[in-house]
Amino acid sequence: MPVTVKTFTSTSDAAAALSSDRSARYLGGGTLVMRALNEGDISISTVVRASDQAMTRIDATGSRTILGAGVTFARILAERDLAFLHAPARSIGGPAVRNMGTVGGNLFAPVPYGDFTVAMLALDAMVSVQGGLGGREIPIDEFLQSRDRQTGALVLAISFAKPGSADAFRYRKVARIKPKGGAVITLATHLPMNGSRIVGARIALGSMAPTPIRARAAERALEGRSLDTSTINAAAAAAVEGTLPGDNALASAWYRREIVGVHLRRLLSGQE
Amino acid sequence: MAKTALQFRHNGRDVAMFVDGGTNLLVALRELIGDMTPKFGCGQGGCGTCSVLIDGELHLSCLTLAETVAGRSVETLDGMKDGPDLHPLQRAFADNFAAQCGYCTPGMLMAAKALLDRNPQPSRAEVVEAISGNICRCTGYEPIINAVLSAASGGRARA
Repeated sequence: MPVTVKTFTSTSDAAAALSSDRSARYLGGGTLVMRALNEGDISISTVVRASDQAMTRIDATGSRTILGAGVTFARILAERDLAFLHAPARSIGGPAVRNMGTVGGNLFAPVPYGDFTVAMLALDAMVSVQGGLGGREIPIDEFLQSRDRQTGALVLAISFAKPGSADAFRYRKVARIKPKGGAVITLATHLPMNGSRIVGARIALGSMAPTPIRARAAERALEGRSLDTSTINAAAAAAVEGTLPGDNALASAWYRREIVGVHLRRLLSGQE
Repeated sequence: MAKTALQFRHNGRDVAMFVDGGTNLLVALRELIGDMTPKFGCGQGGCGTCSVLIDGELHLSCLTLAETVAGRSVETLDGMKDGPDLHPLQRAFADNFAAQCGYCTPGMLMAAKALLDRNPQPSRAEVVEAISGNICRCTGYEPIINAVLSAASGGRARA
């Protein structure tokens, strides 16, 4: 069914168009919205686009990195300053999907997709959103909890503090097909250290609930401790707590619950 | 619903058409200008047989809103050969038995071209990565990888 395509030069005009029409969806790279249109999704009658260059800006010069919502995974892979994000960016799709898919769109990607968002959740990112009544910054976990209600708002950018060291941020995607394919589960950890103690542990899981979630019990097991075998075992044992995985063609909910602790242990231990 | 005028370069030639809102580039190429080389596979971005180059970058035409290529350059398999002469990649695919049913071949060739255009001497791992978004159910991939390696700089690709 034909839809109306509205292209705006300003993000505020695009946000106004999105918020005033429940059947409007923002088109970024197309990997979600065009797929829905190809499948005959009649809930979409208007497609909104914004050509504002701010949407594709990368600012990695300061202590906080800002990625415009329209930044593609291929561009992240081309940025040396974003080397810590190369693993999550490379784990998504093949080259064509990485040339098209965007960090903003990934926030809305359903299970078994949305791997980059798992990395963003571990980095405690803030999501910059423009609604009909103005802009605001939302913590990413809050954004994800209300994701279904966010389709009327325009995501402008995502920002986060760089990890203190290369080893502080770790990422692992478990997939049937490598290097592409939907995730069985996805894990990302950010473990800032104060001396030998972990302070502010963040563990994010993908495909363990309808949206990426924090493994808070596992985070508590790490907090204030050094990353030794007993701490890692305690975190691995707690990884499944609070999760709500589903069944799909890639894995059953049971299997996901069984392996999440195993892969968290491997990730924290630095195993391949 | 009103149609939208669209102009872009298709294999080096200017083309113009009217498209319905929401039309994807694959439909525009196949149904409006008759270029049947990009194939419809999954319509979800999973198979890669609709792959084309947009301004030299590999994209999935089934997931590309046609209007977004206005004023840009779109290359498809149809533009690869030079008159009766096959492109070296096409010749290598034939020589290495890299096409069986052939349905994935247009996407494989475009993905391979995108790789060789920026990296004329890829390693085997780089070839595997370059075609990782393209599914082939016949060949087992090895003949395709060998074909791309043999086409790369006359077969001087790195191991």
